[in-house]
Amino acid sequence: MVISKTDVEHIARLANLAVSEEEKELLTKQLDDIFEYASELNKLDTEGIEPTAHAIPQKTPFREDVVDPFPNRQQLINNAPDEENGFFAVPKM
Amino acid sequence: MTLNTKTAHELHARLQSGEIKATELVNSVFQTIDQKDNDIKAYLSLRREKAIAEAEAIDLNIQKGEKLSPLEGIPIAVKDNICIQGEVTTCASKFLENFKSSYNATVIDRLRKAGMIIIGKTNMDEFAMGSSTENSAYQVTRNPRDTATVPGGSSGGSAAAVAADEAIVALGSDTGGSIRQPASFCGVVGMKPTYGRVSRYGLVAFASSLDQIGPLTKDVRDTAELLNVICGKDKMDSTSVDLPIPDFTKALNQDIQGLKIGVPKELIGEGVDEEVKNSVLSALDQLKQQGAEWAEISLPSFDKALSTYYIIAPAEASANLARYDGVKYGYRSKQAPTLRDMYFNTRSEGFGMEVKRRILIGTYVLSAGYYDAYYLKAQKARTLILNDFQKAFESYDVIISPTAPTTAFKVGEKTSDPLQMYMSDFATIPVNMAGLPAISIPCNISRGLPVGLQIIGKPFDEETVLKVAYSYEQGTK
Repeated sequence: MVISKTDVEHIARLANLAVSEEEKELLTKQLDDIFEYASELNKLDTEGIEPTAHAIPQKTPFREDVVDPFPNRQQLINNAPDEENGFFAVPKM
Repeated sequence: MTLNTKTAHELHARLQSGEIKATELVNSVFQTIDQKDNDIKAYLSLRREKAIAEAEAIDLNIQKGEKLSPLEGIPIAVKDNICIQGEVTTCASKFLENFKSSYNATVIDRLRKAGMIIIGKTNMDEFAMGSSTENSAYQVTRNPRDTATVPGGSSGGSAAAVAADEAIVALGSDTGGSIRQPASFCGVVGMKPTYGRVSRYGLVAFASSLDQIGPLTKDVRDTAELLNVICGKDKMDSTSVDLPIPDFTKALNQDIQGLKIGVPKELIGEGVDEEVKNSVLSALDQLKQQGAEWAEISLPSFDKALSTYYIIAPAEASANLARYDGVKYGYRSKQAPTLRDMYFNTRSEGFGMEVKRRILIGTYVLSAGYYDAYYLKAQKARTLILNDFQKAFESYDVIISPTAPTTAFKVGEKTSDPLQMYMSDFATIPVNMAGLPAISIPCNISRGLPVGLQIIGKPFDEETVLKVAYSYEQGTK
C-alpha cells in the first residue's frame, strides 16, 4: 500500500479540498492503485538525465514596461460572487 | 437540406458563387441540431440569434461582390473551455456554470477575423480531464456512430458535433490526446499542432506545458484550412512561437515516394485490440503502395509514458486549478462562515470526482518529501521520451501508431476504474510530452466503430504530417 487514508486527508488539506468519509475510502483505494502503477518509474534509469519542464524551448519574454489597461473591468466586477465598491468581499478569516 | 453534410472547402465555392447562402447553411446546421442533439448531446449552449445575424452580414457582403476568405461563413463548434467575451464558458463544470468571460480567446478573434460562424459551445470532460466526456457535470455526449458508446474525450462534444453534421468543423483542446482520441472514436479528423503553434490565451488552462488547441474536421483539407486560421504568434501567450505560418493547404499532395515511417512496437503490442492493430497494418500497406517505406522501431521510454503523464499533468493541473477558490468568479459555497470554510466547501462542491482526484494526485507529487521521487523523476522520464523521439526522427520522417488501443467503449464501461480509463491515452500521451504535432485520421471500421490512425511529426513539421494524412485519405477514397 503506497497511499493511506491519512495521506489522503493530508493532501486534501494541502489542496483546500474537503472530502467526505465515503469519498476518502474510494479515493484512498483509487489513488493507491494509481501510485502503485506510477511507482514503475522507479525502475527507470535516469542517471545523469536532466529534467524537462518544457518540450519546446522557452525563453523569458521581455516587453516595454508600458501599461496596457484591461478594457473590460466591468465584467470582472460583474463576475464577483460578492462585491463592495469594486473590491471582492470574502468571509472573515 | 443536406448542406451540413459537406466539408468547408466544398461549401466555400458555392457560397462565393451565391449558389447557397450562409443563412441557409447555418439554418441547415441548426435544423440538424434540433433533430439530433437531444440524443447526441454534443452542445452545452447554442448561439442561434448571433450565428444567424453573422450569417446575414456575410450574405450581404457576398451580394456586394466581396471575395470570401476560405472559411468565411462556415459554421464551427467550439469546445467549452475556450472563452468568448460576454458569453458563458463552463468547462463542463458546476464551478463555472454562470461564468461569463471578460475577453475573447485569441483563437476566437482569429475565427472572427476569418468570418467563421460560431454555432455554440460543446460538451467536454470537466476541465478537460477525461477520455470519454463522461466527466461532464452536465450531460454525457453520445458517439453518433453508435449512441451506446462514448465519443471519447475530453473534446467529445466537438468530435460528436462534426461526426453528426451538427457543425461543419470544430475546435477542441488536447493535453494527453483529447482531440485525437475522440476524433478516432467518432471517425473524424483531429489534429494537435506543435506546442506553441496556437495561442493558449483564453483557453482555460489544465496543464500549461501540454495544452494545445486544434481542429476537428471531416477531412484533411479542412484541417489544413482551419490551422491556417488559428496558428500564429500571440503576444498574450508567451509560449506561442514566433515562426512563420506556411499555407498548410500547400502541403496537401500525395508525394510520399521514399518517405520513411517508424512504427513503435510499444504502441502496437500488448493492450492494443487485434482489429485495431490489423487496421493500422493495412493502412501501412496502403502507404507502402503509395511509395512510402515503414519499419518497426523501439522507443523504450514509451512503456513509462502513461505514468510520467499521470504525474506531470495532475501536478500542473493542481497549480492551474488553485485559482478556483470562490473569491473573484465562479461558484461560491453557501457554507462559508469563515474564509477557510469558503475555500474548502467551494472547491469540494464545485468540482467533480475526476477533477478532485487529479488535484489530489498533483498536490501529492509536488508535496514536500515526494517531489523528488515523483515529479522530478517524471520530468527526467519526460526527457527520455523526448530523446527517444529525437533519435527516431533522425532516421524517420513520421511516426505512425494507432490513435487509441480500442474503438469506442460503452458508456459506463470504464467509469469505475480510473486507471483503465487512463490507458485509452497510452498512444497519444507521448506526443504531448514531446510537444510534437500529430493527427488522427479514420482508417477503418471495426465491428461498426471507427479506428483512428495517428501520424506524428517532427516539431513544427505539420506539413509532412498533413501530406501523409492527405495521401492516405485520397488513396483510400
